[in-house]
Amino acid sequence: MSTDVKTFPQELQGLGQQRAQQVSSKGVKLPIYMDNHATTPMDPRVLEEMLPYFMEKFGNSASRNHSFGWAGEEGVEIARERIAKLIGATAKEIIFTSGATESDNLAIKGVAEMYKEKGNHIITAVTEHKAVLDTCKRLEKYGYRVTYMAVQKNGLVDFEELKRVMDDKTILVSIMAANNEIGVVQPIAEIGKLCHERGVFFHTDATQAVGKIPIDVNKMQIDLMSISAHKMYGPKGVGALYVRRKNPRVQLAPGIDGGGHERGMRSGTLNVAGIVGLGKACAIASEEMAQEAVKLAGMRDRLRDKIMSKLDETYINGSWEHRLPGNLNISFAYVEGESLLMGINDIAVSSGSACTSATLEPSYVLKALGTGDDLAHSSIRFGIGRFNTDAEIDYVADKVIETVTRLRELSPLYEMAKEGVDLKSVKWAGEAH
Amino acid sequence: MSYSDKVLDHYSNPRNVGSMDKASSDVGTGLVGAPECGDVMKLQIKVNPQTNIIEDAKFKTFGCGSAIASSSLATEWVKGKTVEEALAIKNTEIVKELALPPVKIHCSVLAEDAIRAAIHDWKQKQEVAKPAETVVGR
Repeated sequence: MSTDVKTFPQELQGLGQQRAQQVSSKGVKLPIYMDNHATTPMDPRVLEEMLPYFMEKFGNSASRNHSFGWAGEEGVEIARERIAKLIGATAKEIIFTSGATESDNLAIKGVAEMYKEKGNHIITAVTEHKAVLDTCKRLEKYGYRVTYMAVQKNGLVDFEELKRVMDDKTILVSIMAANNEIGVVQPIAEIGKLCHERGVFFHTDATQAVGKIPIDVNKMQIDLMSISAHKMYGPKGVGALYVRRKNPRVQLAPGIDGGGHERGMRSGTLNVAGIVGLGKACAIASEEMAQEAVKLAGMRDRLRDKIMSKLDETYINGSWEHRLPGNLNISFAYVEGESLLMGINDIAVSSGSACTSATLEPSYVLKALGTGDDLAHSSIRFGIGRFNTDAEIDYVADKVIETVTRLRELSPLYEMAKEGVDLKSVKWAGEAH
Repeated sequence: MSYSDKVLDHYSNPRNVGSMDKASSDVGTGLVGAPECGDVMKLQIKVNPQTNIIEDAKFKTFGCGSAIASSSLATEWVKGKTVEEALAIKNTEIVKELALPPVKIHCSVLAEDAIRAAIHDWKQKQEVAKPAETVVGR
């Protein structure tokens, strides 16, 4: 086998940058990617650092007897340090996984099994990611009691409610740091403090938050935290779980049994190249996060202001103050989300409408905020990221305004509302649909 | 989700968009669906009382691209037909014409419902109008 490939093949160079298929009249490359909560493109600096670990430094990081293994181990341990630095942890507290879904599973099931003598009650919130909700649902089948807390209209958990639902059987609270749909940032430090006062472990799914907003596991008294690489300009298929080692020490039942990797909590040969990529993504975030947050929030505000100055009856979903810098989630009343996406099909965003089956279920997160199904069907999530430009923001704003205006002219609901009909009082014929 | 060229065409260039006076005796209005379900169609027909021929049709739709296309196509198809012929239009024909995938069949059902609702509304208006005419005739 040849291991002397030091440079990335010429024909593949340029990956990680958006490839132009079309160019708009204003010189913006199309399509525009603005769905950075779903995934992010890799930062070219991340890719560059990963490349040697595919061929040159291909060794198994668990091989202790030769330089190939040591090279792999070195890459992994540098990454561990970099992740720890970003979140104020120590390297030994970082467990590598295949991604945040696995981290959520490991944290919740691992605590549930390890501490079942202590209690069987878990608290989470209805707006959590399915990786947390479905894990909790499974535990219910095994006799655990789970409280799914409602959230307030702004998407924040009710702190007093959390105090009320805690009891002497509560072993774990799992509340996400920032929501993937509405970008709402939860009061993590307050929740952490409360959990520690009550002797309850605190897990947070920080998939959308790490690398975007400051997170410090000690200041915020976090015991377990899920991290994903591909939401922060790293590769897919790799993530980490922060597991507190002291004050208090958290022990987990393994999610995957095998060779005893990752302190026995997660067996399996490490994804060395991916881990190196995650580490580099964290190192970049440590350096650039503060200034990047200011830039993204500026672009996000510009997008909101342009859209809302031109279109009436548009509503921001979730708290504006407690929000990720790159997130904008808006409902455009009287326009259905999927048709809106169709009209702006040179822009990649997500809709809270799921018009793909006979039973049309809109976003459960928006429903939890008390958003009516009609407005949930009308919502669009813009996820602004590192590689978006001001010119793209302007293009997106213009295109959204143009499309919403056109679709409203086509909308019987808009016409009725303008005629003064109260849509809530109408007896709709098709409510069985 | 990829849409057929015909759906894209109706979405980009919807036919017969607009509204007619729903109080007019020769106009029938069908309003079907519900905002909570993500689809509302309003389909209106203007019928010649002598010939029972649908001389004009208009629609407005809140819904996905397939819903817009289904209702746009429905207005095209009912125009020039008698109310009896229009009642014979089946949602399966709309599915076929627009190449709708299974998850979008409900859009075609809604369009068929809209045609029926509009015709029903028009017929009711004729029922109400009839006795009055009879009286005048005497």
